[in-house]
Amino acid sequence: MTAAPADDAPDVQFGWAGVRDGYLRCVPVALGVAGYGVVFGVLAREAGLSVAEATLMSATVLAGAAQLIAVELWADPVPVATVVGTVLVVNLRYVLMGAALRPWFRRLSPRQAYASVFFTADENWALTMGELRSGGRQGAFLLGSGLAIWSFWVVATVVGATAGGVVGDPARYGLDFALTAVFLTIAVELWDGRSTVVPWGTAAAVAVLTEAFLPGRWYVLCGAFAGALTVVVRRDA
Amino acid sequence: MTRDPVALAPLTVGVVLAMAVVTYLTKAGGLWVLGRVTLPDRAERALDALPGAVVVSILAPAVVTADPPTWLAAGVVVLVARRTGNVLVALLLGVGAVLLFRGLL
Repeated sequence: MTAAPADDAPDVQFGWAGVRDGYLRCVPVALGVAGYGVVFGVLAREAGLSVAEATLMSATVLAGAAQLIAVELWADPVPVATVVGTVLVVNLRYVLMGAALRPWFRRLSPRQAYASVFFTADENWALTMGELRSGGRQGAFLLGSGLAIWSFWVVATVVGATAGGVVGDPARYGLDFALTAVFLTIAVELWDGRSTVVPWGTAAAVAVLTEAFLPGRWYVLCGAFAGALTVVVRRDA
Repeated sequence: MTRDPVALAPLTVGVVLAMAVVTYLTKAGGLWVLGRVTLPDRAERALDALPGAVVVSILAPAVVTADPPTWLAAGVVVLVARRTGNVLVALLLGVGAVLLFRGLL
Protein backbone atom coordinates (compact mmCIF):
# COMPACT_ATOMS: atom_id res chain seq x y z
CA MET A 1 0.00 0.00 0.00
CA THR A 2 1.49 3.31 -1.07
CA ALA A 3 0.83 6.53 0.78
CA ALA A 4 -0.87 9.06 -1.45
CA PRO A 5 1.04 12.30 -2.12
CA ALA A 6 -0.19 15.32 -0.23
CA ASP A 7 -2.07 16.89 -3.16
CA ASP A 8 -3.79 13.57 -3.71
CA ALA A 9 -5.19 13.41 -0.18
CA PRO A 10 -8.05 15.89 -0.14
CA ASP A 11 -8.73 17.74 3.08
CA VAL A 12 -12.33 16.61 3.54
CA GLN A 13 -14.70 18.14 6.10
CA PHE A 14 -17.73 16.40 7.59
CA GLY A 15 -20.48 18.63 8.95
CA TRP A 16 -24.02 19.92 8.80
CA ALA A 17 -23.23 22.29 5.95
CA GLY A 18 -22.35 19.30 3.79
CA VAL A 19 -25.50 17.42 4.78
CA ARG A 20 -27.63 20.46 3.96
CA ASP A 21 -25.90 21.20 0.64
CA GLY A 22 -26.12 17.56 -0.39
CA TYR A 23 -29.80 17.37 0.50
CA LEU A 24 -30.77 20.56 -1.34
CA ARG A 25 -28.70 19.79 -4.43
CA CYS A 26 -30.28 16.34 -4.63
CA VAL A 27 -33.93 17.38 -4.29
CA PRO A 28 -34.56 17.73 -8.07
CA VAL A 29 -33.05 14.28 -8.61
CA ALA A 30 -35.02 12.89 -5.67
CA LEU A 31 -38.26 14.09 -7.25
CA GLY A 32 -37.54 11.85 -10.24
CA VAL A 33 -36.70 9.00 -7.87
CA ALA A 34 -40.06 9.59 -6.15
CA GLY A 35 -41.95 8.91 -9.39
CA TYR A 36 -40.14 5.62 -9.60
CA GLY A 37 -40.92 4.96 -5.92
CA VAL A 38 -44.65 5.29 -6.53
CA VAL A 39 -44.35 2.68 -9.28
CA PHE A 40 -42.41 0.42 -6.91
CA GLY A 41 -45.11 0.81 -4.24
CA VAL A 42 -47.92 -0.11 -6.64
CA LEU A 43 -46.05 -3.15 -7.96
CA ALA A 44 -45.00 -4.31 -4.49
CA ARG A 45 -48.63 -4.24 -3.37
CA GLU A 46 -49.64 -6.13 -6.48
CA ALA A 47 -47.01 -8.77 -5.65
CA GLY A 48 -48.69 -9.31 -2.26
CA LEU A 49 -46.66 -7.11 0.08
CA SER A 50 -48.51 -4.90 2.56
CA VAL A 51 -47.95 -1.13 2.72
CA ALA A 52 -45.88 -1.61 5.88
CA GLU A 53 -43.74 -4.37 4.31
CA ALA A 54 -43.10 -2.38 1.12
CA THR A 55 -42.18 0.69 3.19
CA LEU A 56 -39.87 -1.33 5.42
CA MET A 57 -38.12 -2.60 2.29
CA SER A 58 -37.63 0.90 0.89
CA ALA A 59 -36.39 2.26 4.22
CA THR A 60 -33.87 -0.51 4.92
CA VAL A 61 -32.71 -1.70 1.48
CA LEU A 62 -32.70 1.57 -0.48
CA ALA A 63 -31.79 0.09 -3.87
CA GLY A 64 -34.32 0.70 -6.64
CA ALA A 65 -33.42 -1.93 -9.22
CA ALA A 66 -32.85 -4.64 -6.59
CA GLN A 67 -36.19 -3.91 -4.91
CA LEU A 68 -38.08 -4.10 -8.21
CA ILE A 69 -36.34 -7.38 -9.01
CA ALA A 70 -37.26 -8.75 -5.56
CA VAL A 71 -40.88 -7.84 -6.21
CA GLU A 72 -40.73 -9.54 -9.61
CA LEU A 73 -39.37 -12.73 -7.98
CA TRP A 74 -41.82 -12.54 -5.05
CA ALA A 75 -44.24 -15.47 -4.82
CA ASP A 76 -46.20 -17.40 -2.24
CA PRO A 77 -44.24 -18.97 -0.55
CA VAL A 78 -41.36 -16.51 -0.91
CA PRO A 79 -38.34 -18.08 -2.68
CA VAL A 80 -35.96 -16.76 0.00
CA ALA A 81 -32.64 -17.92 -1.49
CA THR A 82 -33.52 -16.71 -4.99
CA VAL A 83 -34.67 -13.29 -3.80
CA VAL A 84 -31.75 -12.60 -1.45
CA GLY A 85 -29.18 -14.12 -3.84
CA THR A 86 -30.40 -12.09 -6.81
CA VAL A 87 -30.48 -8.89 -4.75
CA LEU A 88 -26.86 -9.54 -3.77
CA VAL A 89 -25.79 -10.12 -7.37
CA VAL A 90 -27.57 -7.02 -8.69
CA ASN A 91 -26.01 -4.89 -5.96
CA LEU A 92 -22.44 -6.15 -6.34
CA ARG A 93 -21.74 -3.06 -8.45
CA TYR A 94 -22.00 -1.00 -5.23
CA VAL A 95 -18.64 -2.50 -4.26
CA LEU A 96 -17.08 -0.56 -7.14
CA MET A 97 -19.02 2.57 -6.31
CA GLY A 98 -17.90 2.44 -2.67
CA ALA A 99 -14.31 1.90 -3.79
CA ALA A 100 -14.50 5.04 -5.92
CA LEU A 101 -15.31 7.05 -2.77
CA ARG A 102 -12.19 5.88 -0.93
CA PRO A 103 -9.82 8.77 -1.73
CA TRP A 104 -12.16 11.11 0.14
CA PHE A 105 -13.80 8.77 2.61
CA ARG A 106 -10.58 7.53 4.20
CA ARG A 107 -10.31 11.03 5.67
CA LEU A 108 -13.55 10.49 7.60
CA SER A 109 -13.95 8.59 10.85
CA PRO A 110 -15.10 4.98 10.31
CA ARG A 111 -18.47 5.87 11.84
CA GLN A 112 -19.03 8.76 9.45
CA ALA A 113 -17.92 6.72 6.43
CA TYR A 114 -19.82 3.53 7.20
CA ALA A 115 -23.01 5.37 8.14
CA SER A 116 -22.82 7.46 4.97
CA VAL A 117 -22.48 4.51 2.58
CA PHE A 118 -25.83 3.11 3.72
CA PHE A 119 -27.34 6.04 1.81
CA THR A 120 -25.58 5.18 -1.45
CA ALA A 121 -27.97 5.02 -4.40
CA ASP A 122 -27.04 5.31 -8.07
CA GLU A 123 -28.34 8.86 -8.43
CA ASN A 124 -26.78 10.52 -5.39
CA TRP A 125 -23.54 8.57 -5.76
CA ALA A 126 -23.12 10.07 -9.24
CA LEU A 127 -23.95 13.52 -7.87
CA THR A 128 -21.46 13.12 -5.00
CA MET A 129 -18.66 11.86 -7.25
CA GLY A 130 -19.17 14.86 -9.52
CA GLU A 131 -19.02 17.19 -6.53
CA LEU A 132 -15.89 15.61 -5.01
CA ARG A 133 -14.02 15.24 -8.30
CA SER A 134 -14.57 18.90 -9.12
CA GLY A 135 -12.86 19.85 -5.87
CA GLY A 136 -15.71 19.66 -3.34
CA ARG A 137 -14.50 19.08 0.21
CA GLN A 138 -17.77 18.16 1.90
CA GLY A 139 -17.48 14.59 3.14
CA ALA A 140 -21.12 14.68 4.28
CA PHE A 141 -22.41 15.35 0.75
CA LEU A 142 -23.17 11.65 0.16
CA LEU A 143 -25.08 11.48 3.45
CA GLY A 144 -27.08 14.65 2.70
CA SER A 145 -27.93 13.73 -0.88
CA GLY A 146 -28.69 10.18 0.25
CA LEU A 147 -31.10 11.47 2.89
CA ALA A 148 -32.93 13.33 0.10
CA ILE A 149 -33.20 10.13 -1.96
CA TRP A 150 -34.17 8.09 1.10
CA SER A 151 -36.93 10.44 2.31
CA PHE A 152 -38.53 10.84 -1.15
CA TRP A 153 -38.19 7.12 -1.88
CA VAL A 154 -39.85 6.05 1.38
CA VAL A 155 -42.73 8.55 1.13
CA ALA A 156 -43.30 7.64 -2.53
CA THR A 157 -43.43 3.95 -1.59
CA VAL A 158 -46.15 4.64 0.99
CA VAL A 159 -48.13 6.62 -1.61
CA GLY A 160 -47.74 3.95 -4.31
CA ALA A 161 -48.47 1.01 -2.04
CA THR A 162 -51.57 2.72 -0.64
CA ALA A 163 -52.82 3.55 -4.15
CA GLY A 164 -51.94 0.04 -5.35
CA GLY A 165 -54.24 -1.44 -2.73
CA VAL A 166 -57.35 0.11 -4.28
CA VAL A 167 -56.62 -1.19 -7.81
CA GLY A 168 -58.72 -4.27 -8.53
CA ASP A 169 -57.71 -6.54 -11.41
CA PRO A 170 -54.18 -5.42 -12.46
CA ALA A 171 -54.64 -6.62 -16.07
CA ARG A 172 -57.57 -4.23 -16.56
CA TYR A 173 -55.20 -1.29 -16.24
CA GLY A 174 -52.29 -2.92 -18.04
CA LEU A 175 -50.45 -3.08 -14.70
CA ASP A 176 -49.45 -6.69 -15.34
CA PHE A 177 -47.21 -5.22 -18.05
CA ALA A 178 -45.79 -2.43 -15.87
CA LEU A 179 -43.00 -4.49 -14.30
CA THR A 180 -41.83 -5.67 -17.74
CA ALA A 181 -41.91 -2.03 -18.86
CA VAL A 182 -39.84 -0.96 -15.82
CA PHE A 183 -37.16 -3.54 -16.60
CA LEU A 184 -37.14 -2.48 -20.26
CA THR A 185 -36.45 1.13 -19.24
CA ILE A 186 -33.69 -0.01 -16.86
CA ALA A 187 -32.18 -2.03 -19.72
CA VAL A 188 -32.26 1.02 -22.01
CA GLU A 189 -30.43 3.03 -19.34
CA LEU A 190 -27.81 0.31 -18.86
CA TRP A 191 -27.29 -0.19 -22.61
CA ASP A 192 -23.70 0.73 -23.39
CA GLY A 193 -23.48 0.31 -27.16
CA ARG A 194 -21.81 -2.57 -28.94
CA SER A 195 -19.87 -3.80 -25.91
CA THR A 196 -23.22 -4.79 -24.38
CA VAL A 197 -24.28 -7.05 -27.27
CA VAL A 198 -22.29 -10.17 -26.32
CA PRO A 199 -23.01 -10.24 -22.54
CA TRP A 200 -26.69 -9.41 -23.03
CA GLY A 201 -27.14 -11.85 -25.94
CA THR A 202 -25.52 -14.60 -23.88
CA ALA A 203 -27.58 -13.75 -20.80
CA ALA A 204 -30.81 -13.82 -22.82
CA ALA A 205 -30.03 -17.12 -24.55
CA VAL A 206 -28.92 -18.87 -21.34
CA ALA A 207 -31.92 -17.51 -19.42
CA VAL A 208 -34.41 -18.73 -22.04
CA LEU A 209 -32.76 -22.17 -22.18
CA THR A 210 -32.43 -22.70 -18.42
CA GLU A 211 -35.96 -21.42 -17.83
CA ALA A 212 -37.15 -24.35 -19.91
CA PHE A 213 -35.15 -26.91 -17.89
CA LEU A 214 -34.72 -25.61 -14.34
CA PRO A 215 -37.55 -25.12 -11.85
CA GLY A 216 -38.23 -21.77 -10.15
CA ARG A 217 -36.34 -18.61 -11.00
CA TRP A 218 -32.77 -19.92 -11.13
CA TYR A 219 -32.63 -18.94 -14.78
CA VAL A 220 -32.16 -15.31 -13.67
CA LEU A 221 -28.84 -16.04 -11.94
CA CYS A 222 -27.75 -18.56 -14.61
CA GLY A 223 -28.30 -16.00 -17.37
CA ALA A 224 -26.68 -13.20 -15.37
CA PHE A 225 -23.52 -15.16 -14.57
CA ALA A 226 -23.21 -16.43 -18.14
CA GLY A 227 -23.50 -12.86 -19.43
CA ALA A 228 -20.95 -11.48 -16.95
CA LEU A 229 -18.60 -14.37 -17.72
CA THR A 230 -18.35 -13.32 -21.37
CA VAL A 231 -16.90 -10.00 -20.17
CA VAL A 232 -14.27 -11.83 -18.09
CA VAL A 233 -13.06 -14.16 -20.84
CA ARG A 234 -13.02 -11.54 -23.59
CA ARG A 235 -9.46 -11.01 -24.78
CA ASP A 236 -9.64 -7.48 -26.16
CA ALA A 237 -10.26 -4.26 -24.12
CA MET B 1 -55.19 -10.37 -2.85
CA THR B 2 -56.34 -7.91 -0.21
CA ARG B 3 -54.08 -7.72 2.80
CA ASP B 4 -54.13 -5.54 5.84
CA PRO B 5 -52.00 -2.51 4.82
CA VAL B 6 -50.06 -2.57 8.10
CA ALA B 7 -49.55 -6.34 8.18
CA LEU B 8 -45.96 -7.42 8.87
CA ALA B 9 -45.56 -11.13 8.20
CA PRO B 10 -42.52 -12.46 10.10
CA LEU B 11 -41.12 -14.30 7.06
CA THR B 12 -41.50 -11.21 4.86
CA VAL B 13 -39.79 -9.02 7.45
CA GLY B 14 -37.00 -11.57 7.67
CA VAL B 15 -36.48 -11.63 3.89
CA VAL B 16 -36.57 -7.82 3.71
CA LEU B 17 -33.98 -7.51 6.49
CA ALA B 18 -31.78 -10.13 4.79
CA MET B 19 -32.02 -8.04 1.60
CA ALA B 20 -31.06 -4.97 3.62
CA VAL B 21 -28.03 -6.72 5.13
CA VAL B 22 -26.63 -8.02 1.82
CA THR B 23 -27.24 -4.63 0.20
CA TYR B 24 -25.42 -2.81 3.00
CA LEU B 25 -22.53 -5.27 2.75
CA THR B 26 -22.12 -4.39 -0.94
CA LYS B 27 -22.30 -0.65 -0.20
CA ALA B 28 -19.75 -0.85 2.62
CA GLY B 29 -17.68 -3.58 0.96
CA GLY B 30 -16.04 -1.23 -1.51
CA LEU B 31 -14.69 0.93 1.31
CA TRP B 32 -13.59 -2.00 3.41
CA VAL B 33 -12.32 -4.76 1.14
CA LEU B 34 -10.84 -2.65 -1.63
CA GLY B 35 -8.59 -0.91 0.85
CA ARG B 36 -6.94 -4.29 1.40
CA VAL B 37 -6.98 -6.04 -1.97
CA THR B 38 -6.89 -4.77 -5.53
CA LEU B 39 -9.60 -6.11 -7.78
CA PRO B 40 -8.40 -7.37 -11.19
CA ASP B 41 -9.65 -5.37 -14.14
CA ARG B 42 -11.67 -8.31 -15.45
CA ALA B 43 -13.49 -8.72 -12.15
CA GLU B 44 -14.39 -5.03 -12.18
CA ARG B 45 -15.84 -5.35 -15.67
CA ALA B 46 -17.82 -8.41 -14.61
CA LEU B 47 -19.32 -6.63 -11.58
CA ASP B 48 -20.17 -3.74 -13.85
CA ALA B 49 -21.93 -6.03 -16.34
CA LEU B 50 -24.00 -7.91 -13.75
CA PRO B 51 -27.00 -5.57 -13.31
CA GLY B 52 -27.69 -5.43 -17.06
CA ALA B 53 -27.24 -9.19 -17.35
CA VAL B 54 -29.72 -9.78 -14.51
CA VAL B 55 -32.33 -7.47 -16.05
CA VAL B 56 -31.96 -9.11 -19.47
CA SER B 57 -32.21 -12.57 -17.89
CA ILE B 58 -35.48 -11.60 -16.24
CA LEU B 59 -36.85 -10.07 -19.43
CA ALA B 60 -35.82 -12.61 -22.06
CA PRO B 61 -37.96 -15.63 -21.10
CA ALA B 62 -40.91 -13.37 -20.25
CA VAL B 63 -40.76 -11.58 -23.59
CA VAL B 64 -40.12 -14.74 -25.65
CA THR B 65 -43.22 -16.44 -24.24
CA ALA B 66 -45.42 -13.32 -24.41
CA ASP B 67 -48.16 -12.39 -26.92
CA PRO B 68 -48.07 -9.89 -29.84
CA PRO B 69 -49.65 -7.00 -27.85
CA THR B 70 -46.85 -7.34 -25.27
CA TRP B 71 -44.16 -7.37 -27.98
CA LEU B 72 -45.55 -4.24 -29.60
CA ALA B 73 -45.91 -2.44 -26.27
CA ALA B 74 -42.35 -3.49 -25.35
CA GLY B 75 -41.21 -1.85 -28.58
CA VAL B 76 -43.03 1.34 -27.60
CA VAL B 77 -41.35 1.38 -24.16
CA VAL B 78 -37.85 0.91 -25.60
CA LEU B 79 -38.41 3.54 -28.28
CA VAL B 80 -39.81 6.15 -25.89
CA ALA B 81 -37.15 5.45 -23.25
CA ARG B 82 -34.38 5.89 -25.83
CA ARG B 83 -35.87 9.03 -27.33
CA THR B 84 -36.91 10.85 -24.15
CA GLY B 85 -34.75 9.26 -21.46
CA ASN B 86 -37.80 9.65 -19.22
CA VAL B 87 -38.68 6.47 -17.35
CA LEU B 88 -42.14 7.55 -16.25
CA VAL B 89 -43.26 8.73 -19.70
CA ALA B 90 -42.00 5.47 -21.21
CA LEU B 91 -43.84 3.52 -18.53
CA LEU B 92 -47.15 5.32 -18.96
CA LEU B 93 -47.08 5.14 -22.77
CA GLY B 94 -46.10 1.46 -22.57
CA VAL B 95 -48.99 0.57 -20.27
CA GLY B 96 -51.33 2.60 -22.50
CA ALA B 97 -49.97 0.80 -25.55
CA VAL B 98 -50.49 -2.67 -24.08
CA LEU B 99 -54.13 -1.83 -23.31
CA LEU B 100 -54.62 -0.41 -26.82
CA PHE B 101 -53.02 -3.37 -28.61
CA ARG B 102 -54.94 -5.87 -26.48
CA GLY B 103 -58.13 -4.15 -27.55
CA LEU B 104 -57.15 -4.09 -31.21
CA LEU B 105 -55.49 -7.49 -31.71
